[in-house]
Amino acid sequence: MEDMLLYDRIQFGFTVTYHYLFPQLTMGLSLLIVYFKWRFLRTKQDSYNHAAKFWMKIFALNFAMGVVTGIPMEFQFGTNWSKFSEMTGGIIGQTLAMEGMFSFFLESSFLGLFLFGEKLLGHKLHFLTGFLVFLGSWASGFLIIATHSWMQHPVGYEILENGDYVLKNFSALFSNPWVWPSFLHNQFASLVTSSFVVMSIGAFYLLSKKHQEFGKMFLKTGLVFGAVSSILVAFPTGDWTAKNVVKHQPVTFAAMEGIFHTEEKGSEIILIGQPNMKEKKLDNKIAVPNVLSFLTYQNWNAQIKGLDNFEEKDYPTNIPGLYYGYHIMVGLGTIFIGILTVALFFLWRKKIFNQRWILWILFLLAPFPYIANTAGWYTAELGRQPWLVYNLLRTSEGASPTVSAGNTLFTLLGFIGLYLLLGLLFVILVGKTVNKGPEQQNA
Amino acid sequence: MELFWYIILGLMLTIYVVLDGYDFGVGILHLFLAKEEKDKRLFVKSIGPFWDANEVWLIAAGGILFFAFPKVYASAFSGFYLPLIIVLWLLIFRAVGLELRGQVHNALWEGFWDRMFGISSLLLALFFGTALGNVIRGVNLGGVENGVSAYDPHNFFLPLWNPEFSPKSVNLGVIDWFTVLIGVIAVITLAIHGGNWIILKTNSTLIPRIKKLIFRLTILLSVLIITSFTVWTLVNPDPFRTFIDHPVLWIFPVIALLGLFGLFRVQHFLKEYSGFISSTLFLLGALASSFISIFPKLLPSTNDINPSLTIYNASTGKYGLQVGIYWWIIAAILVIIYLFVQYKIFRGKMDDIDYGH
Repeated sequence: MEDMLLYDRIQFGFTVTYHYLFPQLTMGLSLLIVYFKWRFLRTKQDSYNHAAKFWMKIFALNFAMGVVTGIPMEFQFGTNWSKFSEMTGGIIGQTLAMEGMFSFFLESSFLGLFLFGEKLLGHKLHFLTGFLVFLGSWASGFLIIATHSWMQHPVGYEILENGDYVLKNFSALFSNPWVWPSFLHNQFASLVTSSFVVMSIGAFYLLSKKHQEFGKMFLKTGLVFGAVSSILVAFPTGDWTAKNVVKHQPVTFAAMEGIFHTEEKGSEIILIGQPNMKEKKLDNKIAVPNVLSFLTYQNWNAQIKGLDNFEEKDYPTNIPGLYYGYHIMVGLGTIFIGILTVALFFLWRKKIFNQRWILWILFLLAPFPYIANTAGWYTAELGRQPWLVYNLLRTSEGASPTVSAGNTLFTLLGFIGLYLLLGLLFVILVGKTVNKGPEQQNA
Repeated sequence: MELFWYIILGLMLTIYVVLDGYDFGVGILHLFLAKEEKDKRLFVKSIGPFWDANEVWLIAAGGILFFAFPKVYASAFSGFYLPLIIVLWLLIFRAVGLELRGQVHNALWEGFWDRMFGISSLLLALFFGTALGNVIRGVNLGGVENGVSAYDPHNFFLPLWNPEFSPKSVNLGVIDWFTVLIGVIAVITLAIHGGNWIILKTNSTLIPRIKKLIFRLTILLSVLIITSFTVWTLVNPDPFRTFIDHPVLWIFPVIALLGLFGLFRVQHFLKEYSGFISSTLFLLGALASSFISIFPKLLPSTNDINPSLTIYNASTGKYGLQVGIYWWIIAAILVIIYLFVQYKIFRGKMDDIDYGH
């Protein structure tokens, strides 16, 4: 039983972490491609159309990876978490079924036209198909966040005598206070990833003195989009999200901030430190006094409940993991804003294209928003533990009762092998496309 | 209300089989018939802009099952654990094969992904048919052994096979001679269906051979269907009850027969769409008849202790089902518009449409 739950959790965690590497680029990149295409329609400069086509090629591969790794997610609710599906399917099944009906059909019908239909459709209709693909991918994100939000903060439900949950209020699923802050926070984070990737490829071209016209275009566009979204991800959307956690999941907030003890005169903000669960303190701590109280309640002396305020059975299962997830996300987010501010300064002074040291930094920055996004999702998911549906259903009660640990380990190993192969192929093919450069895409 | 969602679910699954079915069929023929590069390319090109959207019908139908009949979704998905995960892997391989084939121009690379595409299409057709066989045969709900349930009454777990390979065995497996028979029928039907798609959407030089092949496969299919009928009542003792209660439903077996009859005449049809319509009618009639033969069950129980899962005891609350109707209808209208746009733009023979790079 213990092993089974562990394998179920590792399998879901692994497959969903891997899956989300792709949609986080897809969602933001679709917007950037639509932007390039729109610039082309406005300026009639062919280079913008080439840029759109170049990114479409990478988008297509990325989208395919997102689709094939996404289907196992829907399946796993039933295969590995059947108890959870059975009890809550009437509710989360609504939003998941809506995702299929509203966004997958939209995306899949127009993706083919978007990728291959430029000659058939003409530029304006082609732009429209791109916009519809963008719309579909964001709708998909929205419905998944709505599902996620119900698990974090269940609303609009009724519990029957047999323990099943049924829907009582449909609109509550979307007016859930968790939905909009999380959705916007997540979408801007996705834009950070895609802008950074565009910027990084731009820097790569400039550094290697190839395709320099595109290098400049990508760097500039990625930098501007990246700077705006990096700020919006932190403020106001990150702030809203954190305030939801304080309000509805105070024990999670204490754990992710690393606050073991309640301080009457205001809590410090932890910058660095390692949770020591035995002694209930942080080792090697670097902190700034009272700042956390101010950020949370706009009052330097406000009291924040520490972990000592709660019962241990309600503690998040993996407090160090949660703490690191949160601090990696916030730390990277802060560093992004810092670096991009410097880069924007050089862009404004028109010196950026020759400053090789800053181009190197921007080039190497690409993997970090992926790490920050992943760490952010770990914060949300580990923060919900030990609950599968917050305060209602424990994770240990949600797994499939009839599937043995041996079967789950078999499929987990299979997924690991298959995904390693896919990842390898993906990296090789994207590398090939990038190396070839935007001009040759139409040959 | 349960009935509404049951019909929607059956309809979406049937549309899925009709649409993605031709993709599988093209894949199967691609494996056995297409030897030259131009044929391989044309076969793949004929499904190029469609297959991705076709696959969405499976995902969407899964979503509807999840939300409307969560007990069946949970029970069946965990009970058929291994075959479902294997289906997932095959779907991944097939999609990856289609996407990656054109990325590198190298004979080994293209050959490898061609095989992957063909083999996974064949295995998927076999698995989906086997799955239908499992649903008709039913499963040991509650895992009853010697009159005692091992699990909750609606849960079960099936291994891929048991040494007896029999649908009447105490220890059932996913694969037994009955379910494999249905699986083989599915492979043949979809191969025919894919052939009809190629006739409809291409000017392939292989078409005369495909027509001859369809004729032969239809003979084989008829023999297998007659075989399956003679053993059907062994696994599903009372298949006609709903038909007898509602005689209008006999229309579905009649439609299936009409389709089958049409398939025999595929070499003589003048219109290119007639063959495709015949195989579509056959799929539609056969699937609907199979669903009706177990109605109102969604997952029959093979023991006397635990009741079958039906559309009435496995559905979610009334309010949820009611509210779902509104958004489903809006979404369905949109989907029809997308389909219309898609098939209008890619109308005619795919040979002539230049949509690639």
